[in-house]
Amino acid sequence: MTHIDTTTIWIIILGLAVGSFALRFTFIGIVGDRPMPAWLLRHLRYTAVAIVPALIAPLVVWPTATEGQPDVPRMTAAAVTLAVGIVTKNVIAAIFSGAATLYGLLYLLG
Amino acid sequence: MADTTSKSYFWKGFRDGTPFIFVAIPFGTLFGVFSTEAGLNVVQTLAFSATVFAGAAQFTALQLLQDNTPTAIVLASALAVNLRVAMYSASLTPYLGAAPLWQRACAAYLTVDQTYACSIMRFEKEPDMTIPQRMVYFFGTATPLTPLWLLATYLGAVLGTQIPESWALDFALPITFLAMIGPMMRTLAHVIAALVAIVVALLTVAVPFNLGLLIAGTAGMIAGAQAELFLERRKS
Repeated sequence: MTHIDTTTIWIIILGLAVGSFALRFTFIGIVGDRPMPAWLLRHLRYTAVAIVPALIAPLVVWPTATEGQPDVPRMTAAAVTLAVGIVTKNVIAAIFSGAATLYGLLYLLG
Repeated sequence: MADTTSKSYFWKGFRDGTPFIFVAIPFGTLFGVFSTEAGLNVVQTLAFSATVFAGAAQFTALQLLQDNTPTAIVLASALAVNLRVAMYSASLTPYLGAAPLWQRACAAYLTVDQTYACSIMRFEKEPDMTIPQRMVYFFGTATPLTPLWLLATYLGAVLGTQIPESWALDFALPITFLAMIGPMMRTLAHVIAALVAIVVALLTVAVPFNLGLLIAGTAGMIAGAQAELFLERRKS
C-alpha cells in the first residue's frame, strides 16, 4: 500500500466536503420556494421510487461479499424482504423477515 | 398546540430513522477500518465522515487514493458517485423549500439515502403536514443516525477490528432499502418507475463512476412521469 501525503488527504477531504454540500444545497437552498415547472415536479415525484431500487438491484444480483457471484441466501432474503414490504407495508417487519431469511439460509446452506 | 405536534413529528421521524442504524453502524465501522488501512489517522478519518457525510463517496475516494489516482480525478469520481443527493435535494425542495435558509442549509448537510427515503415517504403519505412539521420530521430521521455513524467510524478507526464475514453485514444495506420499496408502490406509475429503474440499473452496471445509477434513476423517473400522464389521460 502506498503512503498518501497529508496535504493530499486534506485537499480531498475539504474538496469533497465542499462539493458534497454544494450538491445537496443547490436545489433546496437556491431554488427554495420558487415555483418549479409541472413537468419537473412530475419527474421528481418518482425520484425515490426509481433511485432506491436502482441502487439496490446490482447489489442483490451481484453481491460484493461473494465477489459478484449470484447467491441463493441473498437473493431469497431480498425477495422475502420485498414481498413482506409490499404485503404488510411495514418496513420493520420486512427488515426482520429479510434478515431472518438471510441468516437462516446462510446457516442451512453454509 | 403547534409545539406538541412538532414534537410528535420529531419522534415519528426518530422512530422511522431508527432501523437505519443497522446500516450506519456496520458501514461506518467498515469505513473507519478501511480508512486507517489506507493510512489516514483518526482525526482525518473522523473529519472525513463528519464533513463529507456520504459513505459511498468516501469509500470511492479512498479506493482511488490508494491507486495513486490524480487528486482532481479522485474528487470528480467521488462527487459523481454522490450526484444522487442532488436529485434528493431537488425532490425535497417542493416540501421543504419554504423553510428558513439556515434550516435548509442544515437539511442539505443531512441529506443522505436514509433521511431522504424516510422523509419523502412520510411527506407523500401526509400531504397536509406544515413546513415546520416536515423540517422537524426530517431532523428526527437524522438524529439516531448521525451520532452513531460518527461513533462507528471512530470505533472502526481505533479498533481496526475486522468484522467476521459470516455476519453478512454487506447485506444490511440492501435489506433495509428493499424493505422501504414495498410501501412506496402506491400507484401503477410508481411500479413502472421502479421496474424500469431496476432493468436499466442491471444493464448499465458496467458504466464507470457509478453513473449507471443516475442513468437508471433518470430512466425510472421519466417512465413514472410518462405513466402518470398516460393513466390520467385514460381516466378522463
